[in-house]
Amino acid sequence: MLKIDNLHVRVDGKDILKGLSLHIGAGEVHAIMGPNGSGKSTLGHVLAGRPGYEVTAGTVEFMGQDIFALETEERAHLGLFLAYQYPVEIPGVSNMEFLKAAVDTMHEKRGEPALDTVSFMKLARETCKQVDLDQAFLKRGVNEGFSGGEKKRNELMQMMMLQPRLAIMDETDSGLDIDALQVVATGVNSMRSSDRSFILVTHYQRLLDYIEPDFVHVLAAGRIVKSGDKSLALELEDRGYAWLEDEVA
Amino acid sequence: MPDLMHHILDAASVAAPQWLSERQAAGRKAWAASALPTRKTEAWKYTSLQPLTGDFAVAEPSVASKAELGFEHPDLGGSKLVFVDGYLRADLSDTALPEGVELIRFADANAEQAKQISQQLGSVADPSGHLFSKFSDAALQDGMFLNVAANTEVAEPIHMVWLTSTREVAFTVNQRLLVVMGVNSRASLVEQFDSVGSGTAFTNGITELVLETGAHLLHHRLHLEDGGAMHIGGVHVRLGRDSHLESFHLALGSDLKRIDVVVNHAGPGAHSTVNGIYLLRGSEHVDYHTCIEHAVPNCTSDEIFRGVIGDRATAVFNGRIHIHADAQKTNAQLSNRNLLTSTNATINTKPELEIYANDVQCAHGATVAQLDPFMLHYLKTRGIDAEEAQTLLSYGFINEVVNTIRIDALRNFLRPLLAGRFATDPKLTRHLA
Repeated sequence: MLKIDNLHVRVDGKDILKGLSLHIGAGEVHAIMGPNGSGKSTLGHVLAGRPGYEVTAGTVEFMGQDIFALETEERAHLGLFLAYQYPVEIPGVSNMEFLKAAVDTMHEKRGEPALDTVSFMKLARETCKQVDLDQAFLKRGVNEGFSGGEKKRNELMQMMMLQPRLAIMDETDSGLDIDALQVVATGVNSMRSSDRSFILVTHYQRLLDYIEPDFVHVLAAGRIVKSGDKSLALELEDRGYAWLEDEVA
Repeated sequence: MPDLMHHILDAASVAAPQWLSERQAAGRKAWAASALPTRKTEAWKYTSLQPLTGDFAVAEPSVASKAELGFEHPDLGGSKLVFVDGYLRADLSDTALPEGVELIRFADANAEQAKQISQQLGSVADPSGHLFSKFSDAALQDGMFLNVAANTEVAEPIHMVWLTSTREVAFTVNQRLLVVMGVNSRASLVEQFDSVGSGTAFTNGITELVLETGAHLLHHRLHLEDGGAMHIGGVHVRLGRDSHLESFHLALGSDLKRIDVVVNHAGPGAHSTVNGIYLLRGSEHVDYHTCIEHAVPNCTSDEIFRGVIGDRATAVFNGRIHIHADAQKTNAQLSNRNLLTSTNATINTKPELEIYANDVQCAHGATVAQLDPFMLHYLKTRGIDAEEAQTLLSYGFINEVVNTIRIDALRNFLRPLLAGRFATDPKLTRHLA
């Protein structure tokens, strides 16, 4: 599904990722943990093609294609989805218009028949319910005036409606109370399947109590410095990150 | 005064009631004594009158049928008046008016109405301050008087359509409207200026709105003329005690448009909301000059204008707030935001505050920006193609203002029309409107 080899990324003249390698197979859930500033969010942004993220070395293959040869929207068409830690607010564009535009485009690119307005509305309302978001949010501007938790749920809703092959959840758990965390976990778990993979970027082990990962990686100083199974997350919770940084140094 | 538009004045000498002729004569005198503005005249610094120096004729009445005109306007449910090239077309209008509402031509006014018109006309659009109000007086042959009696509530919008059927010979239209909203009356009014054809025409359109104590008016002035259909005009308002005005403005670009919006808060407790949008492309030009006057205490005004300017188009926004010394406890807000969608597009925006009272709240802001790269990127990460993402964001920039329109039928008419200004490919606008 995704093969990252020796990825180096520079942002604002500063090297952030320095030789990151990671292979993700279909149906797998990978957790990436690490201290602040280790490059966790950069990974998601560079995969999504955000302007200003310069790839200086390495390769990334997604669904058998060189990801850097593709535009951001083409990556999305192939099934890449990034749930943002800080989604942007877009006043004036309603959530409904935005979702319809995204869903229609995805259906078209996948060669699936378009959803008529009634079916789309039904899907949107049902998904709203699943992520515990009031339907009134569909009429509001995209993320406009949403609380932190509401933005996260809106990201989750988009993921559920767009049905990606690979979803990167960038600290979706941060700032969520336990109820909201469970909503996110239930949403992600309901989408787990043999042909869909997840990267959970997180600071805390807490999320992994609800979404059980197949692999846990520690990202420090721009590289993956340790990989293991879910027990690694528990160890990190106990010992923090400092011992790993010492080990690498 | 140079001989700009002299033909209009020549033609305007035809017979009219005496009070109108007197007004006209005074206007001519004032016009003759005025100098044409140049680029050094502050109020005309960014707008050239050069396009008006060509050869114009006074419009002849058009007899074209609706089909021949090829023009459709929205059905807003209430009475409508359609003027073609300045002439009222009864065959295209529906003039059934609710109880308590009079709508008459100046020339048809009875003695009492003539007296009322004569007293009010020009008392709001002060000719001494506005060159083209002077011109309007000078060319004054006729106009419309809309009188809403005290305590009358008009539920459906009164819709006035001024269509310019640009033809082979360039021509001019002088249009004048006086609206008097009686004490505690309520109504909504839509002034729609539109054009068909590809020729050249010039309209000078002056509207005066008088809101007496407690009156409530939803006003809309839509300038949908394009190409060679030029317009210089204004809306001049006097707000009485505790009256309430919501005025929505829209201008699509054409070769030349200059609209002055002047709102005088003349009675304590009056409120105005003035919102507007201008959308320009090609080499179009639009100039909005707004002036919010606070002469008395305890009034509020709220003004939001947004512009999207593309290609080589040039736009001007000048937003003046004048708070007189007696106007304590005024709350006046002004915001003007502009989106440039091309590196060759120009906006000259200037907030202008004059505050002589010391106990007021007054805030203003003006911004000029391009589309936010992160917003574009965010939409693309959801699979939305770059072009559609741009269209959605550009439209979104004005949509907040469109959403302030309270007449559903009008909003529904404008949405696809405005969306179409951002992209001609319907695929790009299919998720709007």
